[in-house]
Amino acid sequence: MNAPLRTPDAATDALVHVRNLTVDFLGGRKPVRAVGGVDFDLKAGDALALLGESGSGKSVTLRALMRLLPEKRTRIGGTVRVDGQDVLALGRRSLAAYRGGTVAMIFQDPGLALDPVYKIGDQIAEAVVRHEGASFAKGRARALELFERVHIPSPARRLDAYPHEMSGGMRQRAMIALALACKPKLLLADEPTTALDATVQIQILLLLRELQRDLGLAVIFVTHDVGVAVQVADRVAVMYGGHLVEVGASGEVIGTPAHPYTHGLLASRITPDSPKGLRLATIPGSPPDLADPPPGCPFEPRCSLAAPPCRAGLPERVAVAPGHAARCVRIGEALGAAPHAAA
Amino acid sequence: MSETLDTRDRGGPAQPLLAVRGLVKHFVSKGGLFSKGPIVRAVDGVDFEVMKGETLGVVGESGCGKSTTARLLMQINQPDRGEIVFDGELLGSRALDLKTYRRQVQMVFQDSYASLNPRLTVEETVAFGPQSHGQSRKEALGRAHDLLRRVGLEPRRFGGRYPHEVSGGQRQRVNIARALALEPRLLILDEAVSALDKSVEAQVLNLLADLKRDFGLTYIFISHDLNVVRFMSDRVMVMYLGQVAELGPADDILASPRHPYTAALLASQPSTDPQARISEAPLTGDPPNPINPPPGCRFHTRCRFAAPVCSTREPGLDPVAPSHLAACHMAVPGSGHPEAPSLPMAA
Repeated sequence: MNAPLRTPDAATDALVHVRNLTVDFLGGRKPVRAVGGVDFDLKAGDALALLGESGSGKSVTLRALMRLLPEKRTRIGGTVRVDGQDVLALGRRSLAAYRGGTVAMIFQDPGLALDPVYKIGDQIAEAVVRHEGASFAKGRARALELFERVHIPSPARRLDAYPHEMSGGMRQRAMIALALACKPKLLLADEPTTALDATVQIQILLLLRELQRDLGLAVIFVTHDVGVAVQVADRVAVMYGGHLVEVGASGEVIGTPAHPYTHGLLASRITPDSPKGLRLATIPGSPPDLADPPPGCPFEPRCSLAAPPCRAGLPERVAVAPGHAARCVRIGEALGAAPHAAA
Repeated sequence: MSETLDTRDRGGPAQPLLAVRGLVKHFVSKGGLFSKGPIVRAVDGVDFEVMKGETLGVVGESGCGKSTTARLLMQINQPDRGEIVFDGELLGSRALDLKTYRRQVQMVFQDSYASLNPRLTVEETVAFGPQSHGQSRKEALGRAHDLLRRVGLEPRRFGGRYPHEVSGGQRQRVNIARALALEPRLLILDEAVSALDKSVEAQVLNLLADLKRDFGLTYIFISHDLNVVRFMSDRVMVMYLGQVAELGPADDILASPRHPYTAALLASQPSTDPQARISEAPLTGDPPNPINPPPGCRFHTRCRFAAPVCSTREPGLDPVAPSHLAACHMAVPGSGHPEAPSLPMAA
C-alpha cells in the first residue's frame, strides 16, 4: 500500500494548490521580493478574490500561476500545482498546452489579449485549431457559441468585427470568450473591470459569476475594490507586502476583519453612510520597500499594535474562525474584539 | 484666515463664484483624407452655477462630458458657444481677461505624473506659476516651501526631488500645492484621487477638506466614485452624453434620485455585504457614443421607463424638489409620460 502515486494531502481535491510561492525580480541593484511565500488552495468551481493595493503582489501571484513573468529576470520558488500539473516544472510544449487549455487569463486592458489586425472570430477559431487540432470551420462554430455564451448581441455579425470596432464592455466580453475558447478549468482575472464604467462593470461581474456557476469554472479575481471582491467571490484573500495576510469567507473578512491591515483598509473607505465632514481614518506611512522588506510582519512599520514579537519573523497563520485565518501575532487584542489572553 | 473677506470677492456670498450658461463643445473627429469625420457632441448645452465656498460634485460615465466641461472651464479648449461668468464678470470681457481668470481657477488632473514636468524638481514645479506671473525666484521658492509643508511634504526632504522620485500620493500632493501656488479661488479636481490606493486616497481627501477650510476655496470635484462624491460635495451634478441629467443637493440626489440614470448608476455600485449582492444589472449595454446621440431624451435607449414621448421630445432640466433639478419627463407633470405626476387640479 505504499504506491508513491499522489500524496494524500489536503491538496488532492484542490484544483489549485500553492505552497510557499515566492517571486523575486532580479536585474535591479537588489532583488525585489514581490511575493514572499504565499499559500492557498482553490477547489474546482470556486471563486477567490485577491484583494490588495498596488505593489501588494496580487498581480504577480496571478501571473506566476500562468508563468507569464519574464523568465530571465524572475526567480519563482515554491510549489504551484494546477489540475495535477507541476506548473513550475512544465517544459515549453506542455506550458503552451497548459496556457489556454487548463488556465486562461483576462486583463484590465483587452488590447493586451486581442490582436488588433485580426477579426475576433478568427482569433478564437485559431486558438481552438491550435489546441484541439480541430478544423477552422469548427473553430468558428465554437467562436459563435462562445459569443452567445458571453451575451454579445448579434453574435454572428460581431465575429467579423475587429477589436477597435467594439465598445469597451463588448471588447471585455470578447476577451472572456477568447479565454474560454479551449475550455479551461481555471480563469485568472487581473482587474478586468477596473477601467470600465460602473454600469458596464456590474454587467461583466455578473457574467463572470454566471460562467463560474454554469461551467464549473474556478476563478481567481485580482482587485483593489472591496465591493467588487465581494460581488464576484465567496472567499477573499487580502494581500499586503507580498504576503497573504488574511483569508476567509468574503462576509467574514469584510464584516469582522482580523488583521490590522484589513481593518485599516476597510476603515479608510468611504461608504454610503459615512457622515459628511468626518475625518477619514488613514493608515500612516506607506507600503514596504520590497527590495528591503521589514524582517517580520510586513505591516509592522505602519501598525498601531506593533510589538517586539512582530519584528521577530513572519507571523504564523492563526485561525480566527473555521476557514478564516490571519497572519498576526496580536489577533484578538486587535480592533477591540474579544479580549484574548496574551501568551 | 477663515472668516476674513476675500478682497477679490465682488458680488458677496449670494453671487455664484462661477456661472456657466449654454456651454457647447463639439469636436470634429478624425475622418478620411479629404473628408471631415463625424461630430462628437462632447458638451451639448450645459448650464450650472457654483456657489462661493461650496463643493460641486460632477459624476457620469466616460463620454458624458465631465472632463471636457472641466477643460472648457480652464480654457484648455475653447467652447463653441456659451458663456463663463466668474464672480459676476464675463470671461473675455474687459473686466476679466484670461490671465486674471486663470490665476483664480486652477485644476488638478487624474494622472499625477503626466501633469508634472519631469525636468523640474518638486519645489521648482510649485514655484513655476508665481514666477511666470512676476514673482522673484526667491519669493516664489519661499512660498513653494510653505505650500509643500502645507500639503504634508517636508520641503527639505522633498523639494529637490524629481517627480519620478516620489510616490503617486506624494505626486498628487505636489500637483495640489502647484495648483494653490497662485492663490486660486476655484479648484477643479478632475478624478484627482481616482488613481490612488484607497488608504492614500483617504489621506488626500482629508488634505483637500483642510485646504478648503483654511484657504476658503471652492471646489468642482469630478469623479466616477459616487460614494466619494457624496462625501465631498454639497451639491452634485450628474451628466449623461454631454448634458446635465440631474443637479441638486448631494444627499437628496443620492438618497432619492429623480432621474432613472442616476438611480441606475447608484444601483450598479457593488455592495460589500455578500447578502446584498447585485443579481441583475441595472442597465444593459455600454453608454452610447456621443457622436450620434439618440433623439429626444438621450438616455431613452437604455431607460427601462422609456415611453413614446422620450424618443421625440428632449426633456428640459426642470425643478422636481427644492433646488433639485432633473431632466426626465417622468418628473414633470403633464409631460405626456404615463408615469409623470398629474397636473395639479384647480380645487
